[in-house]
Amino acid sequence: MIDEVDRALIVATQGGLPLVARPYHAIAGQLGLSAEEVMRRLQALLASGVIRRIGAVPNHYAIGWTANGMTVWDVADDRVDELGERIGALDFVTHCYRRPRALPAWPYNLFAMVHGASREECAAKAGEIRELLGEACHGSDILYSTRILKKTGLRIGA
Amino acid sequence: MSELAAVDRRIIASMQGDFPLCERPYAEVAERLGMSEEDLLQRLERLLADKVLTRFGPMFQVERMGGAFVLAALAVPEERYEEVCGLVNALPQVAHNYRREHVLNMWFVLATETQAGIAEAIERLERDTGLPVYAFPKEREFFVEMKLEARP
Repeated sequence: MIDEVDRALIVATQGGLPLVARPYHAIAGQLGLSAEEVMRRLQALLASGVIRRIGAVPNHYAIGWTANGMTVWDVADDRVDELGERIGALDFVTHCYRRPRALPAWPYNLFAMVHGASREECAAKAGEIRELLGEACHGSDILYSTRILKKTGLRIGA
Repeated sequence: MSELAAVDRRIIASMQGDFPLCERPYAEVAERLGMSEEDLLQRLERLLADKVLTRFGPMFQVERMGGAFVLAALAVPEERYEEVCGLVNALPQVAHNYRREHVLNMWFVLATETQAGIAEAIERLERDTGLPVYAFPKEREFFVEMKLEARP
C-alpha cells in the first residue's frame, strides 16, 4: 500500500513528467523531497506494480494505427480462462480480459484489443482469434472506435 | 499522420517504457538515440502539443494502490451524444472515453482511488445522464502490453 508521500508523488506526476533536463529534481523541489527520494520511491512503486511503466502514451491514430477494434467473444465458461491465456499471448493482442456478461444485452465474456492500419487488418486478426477459440466460441463482435473522447489517464485529487 | 519523421517514430518506439531513473534521464535516452538532450526534449514537447503523444510519464495500476479500474459503457441516443459526452468527460474519475460503433456507443474507463469510488461514479453518471451504466469490471487479466510502434 502507498503512504501519503507516495500519493503526493502520484498527484504530482499523473499529468506527466516535467520536460526538463532534471525532471526528478523538479518534482522533488515541488514536493519538498530530495531527488534521490523521488527516484527511490518511483523505483519502489514500479517494483510493487503501482506504476506499470514510465514512458510515452501514443495516440494510436496519430501513429498510424487508425483501426482500433475491441473484439468481444462469448466463450464457454469452462474454457474461457485457458483460451484467454492463449489469446493474450498472441503478439497482436494488446489487452485481453475476462469480464462479466450483461445478459441479455451483452453476451460476451472475453475482450481482446486489436489494432491495424485498416479494418480489414483488424478483421483478419479477429479471424485468427476466432480460429483459436474453435467451438468454445458462441458469438462475437468487433467494436471499432471512431473517436477518442477523452484520454487523460488516472486523475486523483490533490 | 504520415508525415511523422523517422526520428519521431524512433522516439515513440524506444520511449514506451523503461524510462531511466537517474539525474538526467532525457540525456541518457537521447544518447541512445544519437541526438542531443535538448533536441529530444523539444521533440517530446512537440509530439505532446500535436497530440501524437497523449502523455509522457508514469502509468499507474490503480488497483495496486487500493483503488479500482473499471470498463463501463452507455447506450447514448444519437441526439444526446455530445451532451452526454460532456457529462461523462466532466468526471475526473473517467480516465479514457471512446466512441465505438455499437448500440453501446460510449465506452469509458473509471479509475478511482477506492473500491467504493466506482459505485459512486456510476451512481453519479446514471443520475446526471438518466441512462443505465453497464459496468464490466475485469475478472481476470490475461495480458496488457500497450506498446504500439508507429507505423512507417
